[in-house]
Amino acid sequence: MKAETELPVKVEEKEKGRRTLPMFVQGALYLSPSLVLFFIFLFYPMARTIYLSLFLTDGQGEPIRFVGFENFTYLFQSPSFQNSIKATVLFVLYTVPAGILLALFLAIIANEKLKGIGFFRTIFSSTMGMSVAASSVIWMFMYNPAIGLFNQIVQVFGLSETQWLLDPKYALLAVSAATIWMNTGFAFLVLLGGLQNIDQQLYEYAKIAGVGYFYQLRKITLPLLSPTLFFIITVSLINAFQTFGQIDMLTKGGPIETTNVIVYSIYKDAFINHNIGSASAQAVLLFFAILLVTLLQFKIGEKKVHYQ
Amino acid sequence: MRTAKTIILYILLIMSAAVMVFPIFYAFMISFMEGREVLGGRIIPQSFTFDNYMSAFERVPLLRYLWNSFIVSLAIMVGQLVVSSLAAFAFAFLTFRGRDFLFFLFISTMMIPWEATMVPNFMTVQKLGWLNTYTGLTVPFFALAFGTFLLRQHFKTIPIELYEASLVAGISRFRFFWSVVLPVSKTSLVTLGIYSFLTAWNMYLWPLLVTNNDSVRTVQIGLKQMQSQEISTEWGVVMAAVVIVILPTLILLFAGQKRLQSGLTQGAIK
Repeated sequence: MKAETELPVKVEEKEKGRRTLPMFVQGALYLSPSLVLFFIFLFYPMARTIYLSLFLTDGQGEPIRFVGFENFTYLFQSPSFQNSIKATVLFVLYTVPAGILLALFLAIIANEKLKGIGFFRTIFSSTMGMSVAASSVIWMFMYNPAIGLFNQIVQVFGLSETQWLLDPKYALLAVSAATIWMNTGFAFLVLLGGLQNIDQQLYEYAKIAGVGYFYQLRKITLPLLSPTLFFIITVSLINAFQTFGQIDMLTKGGPIETTNVIVYSIYKDAFINHNIGSASAQAVLLFFAILLVTLLQFKIGEKKVHYQ
Repeated sequence: MRTAKTIILYILLIMSAAVMVFPIFYAFMISFMEGREVLGGRIIPQSFTFDNYMSAFERVPLLRYLWNSFIVSLAIMVGQLVVSSLAAFAFAFLTFRGRDFLFFLFISTMMIPWEATMVPNFMTVQKLGWLNTYTGLTVPFFALAFGTFLLRQHFKTIPIELYEASLVAGISRFRFFWSVVLPVSKTSLVTLGIYSFLTAWNMYLWPLLVTNNDSVRTVQIGLKQMQSQEISTEWGVVMAAVVIVILPTLILLFAGQKRLQSGLTQGAIK
């Protein structure tokens, strides 16, 4: 991390002689497009969400009556919301660790200097170019009970056909597997970049010292990769909390709400049940969950992560 | 010893690549199959047919959707580049009171999940009369903290002496920004551009909320519609549409992979 480069004061002094706008106004001018957009489409709606979460609202989202934390107490007592929390937490647990380990494995084997390695890197990063909608269609086909790939494989082993997306036992796992595949490209690219930033000399020294491959991996690669790993863990966690597209396409939150993760639940409450108060309360909880993850990561990150 | 390691690596690479690429390969294959072959559970078609592609374009306004997606992605890309580079310039070169506070404000935007704000945003866009317009689909995404940080990082590699000298020479700040900073930072701008275009092309939830007719509907939402309408019968047609949708981004990704990777890594470490 670099410190801010301070501008020499003399430039500002020279400025005063000329008839120019004060520096603050100039800075504000350059920043104003961003600031205006952030206020209209991020800060204001976030404040509005918090405000609405304390109100009973009509179908259009206009507040009718102040109810304090009633939306929240109601949520926590509702089995449907408890289910949604459970689905979200399970989804995070299924997708984040497995997804990162997979991407790390791919990045490590793709970081070797071999003939044709560029081809493999391209393949491994390809899912980054795949939209959620397109990926979901493909996976939906693979999960198709009659003609999909998964039941064809299952039948080879003499097991009976499974309704992957309609069976409450498998639906969340099925969506998670699809999600891991969709996210691998991005995580792979980031981790590969991290690996390539490691000083190659260290490996030369290790070779001279006669150190084995896995020892190098444990003592050089992983510690020096930790800032990148840390970044990708945070991003993956946040992404997992925000999952929507594949749920909407593959399961619509079902069967019996086993895949009704938090963002889908907000969407349903707001745009299908027109219960804006409840949707806002859930959005506030989502906000705090993500804030907590980010802050925790910062705290842990500062202590544990090894920077080069 | 050395060859043994190489062989093991190649085996791992080939196996992993086969697993990773299979769903995409499968989609391509299905898109060339006749209906009965799809239902028979084949993986490779007996003969390649382009009928599905014809039907895909005939059944849904796929060209319209593609055009819409292209316009939306291009607008978001240009918007993000302009807005982010202006902000990045201020953070990299100008010193003024309150800059640190504003920088912190930018960082804090990354902690607000966009989904937590979508309900009021939808109402705002509705009140502005922006439903079913390109404006409503694009403008809310023009400001991007990640993009600002990425560009600022590159702008800071430009020697500050150059900036001072240009001020002394009486060149305006904007002129310096326009004819020195931007040309020098072309690589970062391209990286961010690719990232923006990819992300915008693949956007799902917001277009779903703010489009309810074909006029500006993007291709992703078109896919969702096709999938729910044609589900059991015409998989080949749906897959043809999938292939058409993923081709532009896959090509863009393959062309810009190196740049994207180094750009993302910069974002990760600094």
